[in-house]
Amino acid sequence: MGMTITEKILANASGRDRVSPGENIWLNVDVLMTHDVCGPPTIQIWKNEFGKEAKVWDKNKLVIFPDHYIFTADKYANRNVEILRQFAADYDLPNYYDVGTPRYKGVCHIALAEEGYNLPGKVLFGTDSHTCTSGAFGMFSTGVGNTDAAFILGTGKIWEKVPESMKFTFNGKLPEYLTAKDLILQILGDITTDGATYRAMEFDGEAVFDLEMYERMTLTNMAIECGGMNGIIEADAKTEAFVKERTNAPYEIYRSDEDAKYQSKYVYDVTKLEPVVAKPHSPDNRGTVRSVEGTKLTKCYIGSCTGGKITDFRFAAKLLLGKEVKVPTFIVPGSTAVAKQMEEETINGISLKEIFKNAGCEIGESSCAACLGGPSDTFGRSVDKDVVISTTNRNFPGRMGSKKSEVYLASPLTVASSALTGVITDPRDVL
Amino acid sequence: MENIIKGKAFVLGNNIDTDQIIPAEHLVYSLTDPEEKKKYGHYALSAVPLPQSGLPGGNIPFVKGDNCESEFQIIIGGSNFGCGSSREHAPFALQVAGAKVIIAESYARIFYRNSVDGGFVVPYESFGKMNDKIKTGDNLEINLKENTLSNLSDGKTYELKPLGDVLPIVEAGGIFEYARKNSMIA
Ligand code: SF4
Repeated sequence: MGMTITEKILANASGRDRVSPGENIWLNVDVLMTHDVCGPPTIQIWKNEFGKEAKVWDKNKLVIFPDHYIFTADKYANRNVEILRQFAADYDLPNYYDVGTPRYKGVCHIALAEEGYNLPGKVLFGTDSHTCTSGAFGMFSTGVGNTDAAFILGTGKIWEKVPESMKFTFNGKLPEYLTAKDLILQILGDITTDGATYRAMEFDGEAVFDLEMYERMTLTNMAIECGGMNGIIEADAKTEAFVKERTNAPYEIYRSDEDAKYQSKYVYDVTKLEPVVAKPHSPDNRGTVRSVEGTKLTKCYIGSCTGGKITDFRFAAKLLLGKEVKVPTFIVPGSTAVAKQMEEETINGISLKEIFKNAGCEIGESSCAACLGGPSDTFGRSVDKDVVISTTNRNFPGRMGSKKSEVYLASPLTVASSALTGVITDPRDVL
Repeated sequence: MENIIKGKAFVLGNNIDTDQIIPAEHLVYSLTDPEEKKKYGHYALSAVPLPQSGLPGGNIPFVKGDNCESEFQIIIGGSNFGCGSSREHAPFALQVAGAKVIIAESYARIFYRNSVDGGFVVPYESFGKMNDKIKTGDNLEINLKENTLSNLSDGKTYELKPLGDVLPIVEAGGIFEYARKNSMIA
C-alpha cells in the first residue's frame, strides 16, 4: 500500500520507513514559529518546566513574528511584544522580526513563506491555528498550543497522531471571476467546519497547480476552518522557484503514491463553480454570491493571512481602478513585503496603493489588524451592528470585534465588487 | 487524578469556537500572575450568544456578575467543541473558571491537544449527542475509571469513550509530567 505525501513526510520526520493513520508518533520538528499572543505564555511555560537551565533546542529553527496586536495603545498587548523582545535579546535569537525596525514583517504565515522558512518535505509547527498555511509548499505544517510549543522549544520534539488524508481535486481552468477563496469556501460548504477534523487535506488538480504560490496558500490556510490538521499541496516548479529566490536551504520533494489510501476524495470542475460567500456566523455557511446579492454593507475589509497577499490586492485593484468605493473599505497588507509590492506594482501606470487611495480606501499597516478583532483601537475593527464583507477566514460571532456585527467571507473579487456598490455584488456584474 | 468528579452541568450547542470560549481581546492578560489570570475565569465562555448559553433554556451566563469562578464544573458540548484558533487560553480559561471535565460529541484537534497536554480539563467524547439529554444545572458524577457519566438529577448513567492513547498524558497531568515520568526530559 502506498503512502500519501503527508504520511511520507511524517514517516521521515519520525525516523520510520512508513506510518499509518491513527498511529501516535514522535516527530523531529524543523521549524517552530510563534507570535506575540502565544509566544509570551509559551516562553513562560518553557521557563517553568525546564527551569534555570532552560535551553532553546535550536535557535536557528525558532522563528518569532510579532504580528497580532501591534499598533495599539493597549498596555497588556505592548507588554507581550516587550516580552518577546527581551527573550530574543536574552537568548540572542537570529530569527526575531521586531516591530518598529526594518526587520518587521507582518502576519506570520505570509512572512514564513517570504523569508524562506517554508521548505518542501519539512515539518513546521506554530502556535497559531493557521500554521497549516505553509502546507502550500509541500511540507507538513500545523498549529499547536503553548504547552506543546514550550515542549518543542526545549526538546525539538512533539507527538502527533498520523492523520487520515482527504483529497480535493480541482479540474479545469479557473474562470476570471473565481479565486482560491471561492474554492476553499466551496469545500467548506460541502464538508462543514468539522469535515476534516484530525485529517490531512490534500489539494490537487490542474486548477490548483495553475495557482500562484500566494493563492495556493489561501487553500491551505483554511484547512483549519474545516477542522483539518494540515493542508498540503505537492511542490512543483513554481514552489521551487519561489523557495530558491529566498533561501539556499535544502529541501526534499515528496509525492503521494498512486495507490495511497484516502479517507475520501472530492472532485470539482472549476468551470462549473460560482462565486460564493460564507454567511454569518460560520465559515461553512456557504451561499452563492447571487443568493445574497443586494445585502447592505457598512464595511469592506481586505486583509489577513488568507486574504491580504499581493495576489488578493491585484484582484481587488483590477476592479477598483479609476472607481470609488461606496462604503468604508479597509486595506491591510499581510506583510511589509506585500505593502512594498503594492507600491511597486502598477496597472496602467498607477500603483496598486494609489489605486486603493484614489478609490477612497483606508490603508492600514501590515499586521493581523481586525481579522481577530483585537483591542478597541484596532484598525478596521467591526463596531456595533456592522455588516462586513471580508477576505479573512473566520466569521464566528465577535471575531472581527463587535458581537452584534455580521461578517460575510468572500474572495477579494467579490469584496471589491461589493465595495463599489455598497451591497453584496457578484464580480461577474463588474468584471 | 481523582477517579470521581462531581459537579453541576453547563450545557452548550455545537461548534463552540475558541473566540466564544475566550474572546481575542482578552488574550493579553498574564497567565501566571495570580490576580491577573483570574480575568480568564471571569471571561470564560463570555462570547457565547446568550440564547445558547446554558441550554436548553439559554440566558445563563457561565460565570455570573463579577465572579471569576463558575458554579458549573462540567461542560456538556455538542460536536466540534473548541474549533477555531489555537489559543491555549481557551481550556486554560475554563480551568480557571473551575471547569474540570468537558463532555462533547467531538473536538477540534488543537483544543483537544491543548486540554490534554496542558492538563487543564479532561476532554471526554460521548457516544452520540449528550446536550439534549442533560440540562444546565443537573448534578453530574463522572467516573474516570469506569468512563461513565451519571446524571444524579434523573438517575441515568451513560458510557463515555475511553481516553485511549492520551490516557497516560491525562493521568500524568500533562505532557511535561508525562515526559518526565518516562525519562524523556529531566
Ligand atoms: S491574519 Fe487573522 S487568521 Fe491570520 S494569523 Fe492573523 S489573526 Fe490569525
